Amino acid sequence: MAATPLLELSGIDKSFGPVQVLHDVGLSVYPGEVTALVGDNGAGKSTLVKCISGIYTIDSGTVTYDGNQVAIHSPRDASALGIEVVYQDLALCDNLDIVQNMFLGREKKRGIVLDEPTMEQMAGDTLASLSVRTVKSLRQLVASLSGGQRQTVAIAKAVLWNSRVVILDEPTAALGVAQTAQVLELVRRLADNGLGVVLISHNMNDVFAVSDRIAALYLGRMAAQVKTTDVTHSQIVELITGGRSGNIGLPPEKPSDFGGEIVDITPGGDK
Amino acid sequence: MTTTTTTTAGGVKVVKPTVGSHLNDYWGRVRGGDLGTLPAVLGLLVLSLIFGVARDTFFSALNFANLFSQGAQVIFIAMGLVFVLLLGEIDLSAGFASGVCGAIMAILLTNHGWEWYTAIPAAMITGIVIGFVLGFLVAKLGIPSFVVTLAAFLAFQGILLKLLGGGKNISITDTFVLKLANSNMSVSVSWIIAIVVVVAYAGVQLNNVRSRAARNLVTDPMGIVLMRIAGLAIVVLLTTGVLTQERSINPVLNSVKGVPFVAPIIAVFLVVWTFVLGRTTYGRHVYAVGGNTEAARRAGIPVDRIRISVFVIGSFMASIGGIIAVSRANSVDPNTGGSNILLYSVGAAVIGGTSLFGGKGKVINAVIGGAVIAVIDNGMGLMGYQAGTKYIVTGLILLVAASVDALARRRAASTGNR
Repeated sequence: MAATPLLELSGIDKSFGPVQVLHDVGLSVYPGEVTALVGDNGAGKSTLVKCISGIYTIDSGTVTYDGNQVAIHSPRDASALGIEVVYQDLALCDNLDIVQNMFLGREKKRGIVLDEPTMEQMAGDTLASLSVRTVKSLRQLVASLSGGQRQTVAIAKAVLWNSRVVILDEPTAALGVAQTAQVLELVRRLADNGLGVVLISHNMNDVFAVSDRIAALYLGRMAAQVKTTDVTHSQIVELITGGRSGNIGLPPEKPSDFGGEIVDITPGGDK
Repeated sequence: MTTTTTTTAGGVKVVKPTVGSHLNDYWGRVRGGDLGTLPAVLGLLVLSLIFGVARDTFFSALNFANLFSQGAQVIFIAMGLVFVLLLGEIDLSAGFASGVCGAIMAILLTNHGWEWYTAIPAAMITGIVIGFVLGFLVAKLGIPSFVVTLAAFLAFQGILLKLLGGGKNISITDTFVLKLANSNMSVSVSWIIAIVVVVAYAGVQLNNVRSRAARNLVTDPMGIVLMRIAGLAIVVLLTTGVLTQERSINPVLNSVKGVPFVAPIIAVFLVVWTFVLGRTTYGRHVYAVGGNTEAARRAGIPVDRIRISVFVIGSFMASIGGIIAVSRANSVDPNTGGSNILLYSVGAAVIGGTSLFGGKGKVINAVIGGAVIAVIDNGMGLMGYQAGTKYIVTGLILLVAASVDALARRRAASTGNR
């Protein structure tokens, strides 16, 4: 198991106006591992991801990538570092085919002409490295693909660029049983290929099926980051719902800290 | 049907297409709501047959040649509108924009004594400036294009009136400009160009197959490629054959034969814009913004710039349409580009298969749709129908085309083709 994290966040704070969504959050992503990021709605998962991907800028805290402290101000900065995010809505163009989608915004050119053969070849190589099963044609419109295939294309698009950290936002939320299994297999394979994978999920079965570590957010704080083998299903559920479980998790809060108004912390959190 | 799988780049298994599977796929797409130009081509054939049976003169070489100059303005404007429609926007001012550009050219030629080689670029630049202003208002201020261009439609109508000093008619005498829409190439030049077009198309198609095969990528089956080449060759050579016939009513006095100049002009713009849309990054990004703006934005595509650019192309093509319209009429008047020109142009693009909802369309749609419009207009004229009937029929056909578009889209949504 790799000893040094590829991506390490510490002390991340993020507020939207008067509402502080992230408090002193730390997260470590190791190469070759799947780190599951769990938390209830509004716990700050999406906000955290958007901070990593440069859509939001952090208020304070440090981001260390590959041993160097970095500042991520825009999605371009994140891609330049090799951090790719696959959002829940996938961001694919239905009217374009698989290859066109995978290279969207970063097309290969020869002179002023698109270099379709090279792109098709690279797309084919990437899909093959992910052991993608038979697609009818790489020139199939994304509109005609199943949910699982679309997810696969979106993931392939993320790893095409030799990225080293891939963040997946609820990749199985909209999928059936068989397709979920396929996508989880793919997630596992990404990590086995040496990438650092962050998997956001609400589904405990998925989390326990593929993750090596679990990071649980609770009301904008990192309740715990533990090895999957060290915890049980119910402990994670307790961390998600209560922020602590036995001797892991956040220190017991004084009731006055919350003032009984726990619900107020959600704005700007998950969509 | 046997499906043999082949292994393409990197070892992904894909179905190796055969002629049969290719046609099958096409039929599947059509049934799934991706109709493309099919309704327009069928419509063109059916309408031509009806008019041809009803009036012998419809199929005469003279009338065939007329179709080109009659349809040219609409086709040029529609080509530009395809870009605008690809983004799901609309340009209602394109008709009068073409009138304004045409008027600028006519005024510079006639009132200021400019040469064609300065007056024509001036008209084109006017189009570009108009497009930039429209696009800026839509992209940067976020005003719906419907409103911006509706306002521009009114304003340009007024500008045209003012330019023409309250409704005068300005004639042009520049021989080059007059030739654009009214003259024909010589018979030999017509044939040379026709053959060059066919050979070039065949070369591009075959080269494409060769370069893909060389890299071990899936290629279209050779049968399909040959059918495409043969199809184009038949259309081009047949058209040239008809147009190089003598079509003067009195050949002794005045011989009229050869392909009209507008045909190669249309062909050049068709090739250039098809290349831009299909083979360049810019074209790819236009489709992406039209398909999923948010995805395009996240992919780092400058969405606003793309949005402005399609209006620039739209108005630029309107200026070309205006130049041709002025050439054809030998003059410009307050109704150049007015009346039904705009709606015919939108109709041409939509009838040809460009979606009003964005993301789907090709430049060829404008040409085929424009041909349908020209045939309706021309055929009904030959049959002696009044303008009122013509408008009603054209309106109905546009409505049918838009319904086909909407229904196809719904069907595509349910079958996952879109």
